[in-house]
Amino acid sequence: MDPIILQSTLWLGGIGLVSAIALAVADKYLSVPEDPRIGKVTGLLSGANCGGCGYAGCADYARAIVLQDAELNLCTPGGSACANAIAAFLGKAAEALEKRTALVLCCGDNAETVRRAAYNGINDCAAAQATAGGDKGCTYGCLGYGSCARVCPVNAIAISNGLAKVDKNRCIACGKCVAACPRKLIKLVPSSAVIHVLCHSKDKGPTVKKVCGTGCIGCRLCTKIADDGAIFMDGFLAVVDYTKPPTHDELIAKCPSHCIRKA
Amino acid sequence: MQTIPSPFIFSGGIHPSYNKELSSASPIRELPLPARLVVPLSQHLGAPAKPIVKPGDTVKAGQLIAEQNGFISAPVHAPAAGKIAALEETLTASGRSCGAIIIETDSAQEWSLLPTFSAWQTADKKELLNQIGVAGIVGMGGAGFPTRVKLSPPTDKPIDTLILNGAECEPYLTADHRLMLECTKEIRIGAEIVRHILGAKTLRIAVEDNKPDAIAALEKAFQDIDGDVAITVLKTSYPQGSEKQQIYSVTGRQVPRGGLPMDVGCVVENVSTAYAVYDAVLKGRPLVRRVVSVTGDAIHTPSNLLVPSGTLYGDLVAACGGVKGKAAKVISGGPMMGFAVSSLTVPTGKTTSGLLLFSSSKVSCFTSQACISCGRCVDACPMRLTPSELSQFIESDDVDGAEKISLMDCIECGSCAFVCPAHRPLVHHMRRGKAIVMAKRSKKP
Repeated sequence: MDPIILQSTLWLGGIGLVSAIALAVADKYLSVPEDPRIGKVTGLLSGANCGGCGYAGCADYARAIVLQDAELNLCTPGGSACANAIAAFLGKAAEALEKRTALVLCCGDNAETVRRAAYNGINDCAAAQATAGGDKGCTYGCLGYGSCARVCPVNAIAISNGLAKVDKNRCIACGKCVAACPRKLIKLVPSSAVIHVLCHSKDKGPTVKKVCGTGCIGCRLCTKIADDGAIFMDGFLAVVDYTKPPTHDELIAKCPSHCIRKA
Repeated sequence: MQTIPSPFIFSGGIHPSYNKELSSASPIRELPLPARLVVPLSQHLGAPAKPIVKPGDTVKAGQLIAEQNGFISAPVHAPAAGKIAALEETLTASGRSCGAIIIETDSAQEWSLLPTFSAWQTADKKELLNQIGVAGIVGMGGAGFPTRVKLSPPTDKPIDTLILNGAECEPYLTADHRLMLECTKEIRIGAEIVRHILGAKTLRIAVEDNKPDAIAALEKAFQDIDGDVAITVLKTSYPQGSEKQQIYSVTGRQVPRGGLPMDVGCVVENVSTAYAVYDAVLKGRPLVRRVVSVTGDAIHTPSNLLVPSGTLYGDLVAACGGVKGKAAKVISGGPMMGFAVSSLTVPTGKTTSGLLLFSSSKVSCFTSQACISCGRCVDACPMRLTPSELSQFIESDDVDGAEKISLMDCIECGSCAFVCPAHRPLVHHMRRGKAIVMAKRSKKP
């Protein structure tokens, strides 16, 4: 046999043997025991890795649940089924989780609103907002450049005719769009609520009318129809109280500017 | 005192058409006092001033109406006498909203002035510095950094050179040019006061060679000055007026990355700021007005106006004979670094150097295309960055990658976007990227 073959076989075999012994020793003396429950809880979570719970992904949240007693109901994509499964596994009680969904508080698309300037910059809402305060006539409404749609991990937001719309069935309520919107008009609301005031403008009625055909003019009619406080006024803007969302279908028909809609 | 050509020239830069002749021959004239002033609380870099008046109060011109709020901040004074009508939010030229004090002016203009220092040569430096702070003086070249802070460097950073910045390298603008022609003596006194405060041995007055009349006027005004003083004639090139580039052109020193001019023993002050220092120290007048160039091809009579802070852009346009034809684009500041504005109800401030109105023949609506890697932006960048690469990092939302290749050193001068054959909005990408980085930094504890 060629000595070089023998030599290399012995060398490689020797290195392998030494490494194996080193690894075996390291495993015995240096190993850090990990709670086996962490892996199991990770498996029970949704696996979306969206970060909506506030932790850096599912594994990190699972670690926080097991080791730091984090709340069990923070996984919005998994919903209450996931929270209950984890609770059963750990022998704890999960607090009820209400399924939430993102809502864009604006219904003024290009047909209803005016643009006060022609914006020719990069396709990003924050960049448009930083250029003379945005090109939309209304300084509160959706700019429609899709920054929210681009950060959505499940493609639940679509821009149509200059307005962002959330697909309720796809939304996992991770809250990334809420953070991405420079005008702060996306809100996480209970999925059970169906009637919303789709306007975020705090301007007075005449100012709103000049720039939008469907903005809240602050007429207070809705607060009279929903007299249980389901809609209250914040200055010149009607706001839904999502602890007791309105159910009166009459609201939709009576709102003079048609900004109370089902979504 | 001598006049010397600039010994160095910064790398990169561009040569846009300057179009200064539109307004350079028009003497500064005082704007008739507007009936209503919207005085922003944030006319400077740093924390907005804190209002100390309430609706219904009457104020004198020059009276303090909002006090300094923090170390890097500046007070705001009433630009004219009148009644406080309201405190409300206003949109500023930079596109942000900030609080503003609305003053309804009256015809009898009574001033409330600060104590003056007629013998400033022997005055205590601390008192002079205090006067500059109390008068609300900020850098009037554009950034609005409080002058009080700039003129109090730490003791381990001695300043040996004061550079008086009269480059005015932005196209169209002529406000500093006219001020150098008409108020040369006042600028000299202001510069001497600043030099006295800093104890700077050397004084350089930096002017671009496209303003020979200003150089002649400065030569005359400064001829009998003592010490190491010279007028440095800069080659006309954009951005010669930028602090770091100018320091290199005048002294050959390079400001280190992330550093300040004081790290190389320099302080750069704009000529308008020098004038404001003169006004505050010798006349006791706080910084409440400045010269603004109103120009462009869509304005009837391009002019240089002396304007109280808080004047709405609409009043400036009216004072210049109104819009000629139809304005397609309105820019606050110069065309390279200014901000496009979408309404004329935006107020001027301490840093507003110009208002430009352009007709559609001057404005092109480009469609941006993919980078063709020609490298022209790399040649043009005066900070020696690679704008092509930076913009692609930011476009793909990798701001960390952009930060690694010195995104934060970008001075947003616009040279890269000016030369880009693919019409890429490079500066817009940089601004967006920088805003994201700044937001990230402020979030970290």
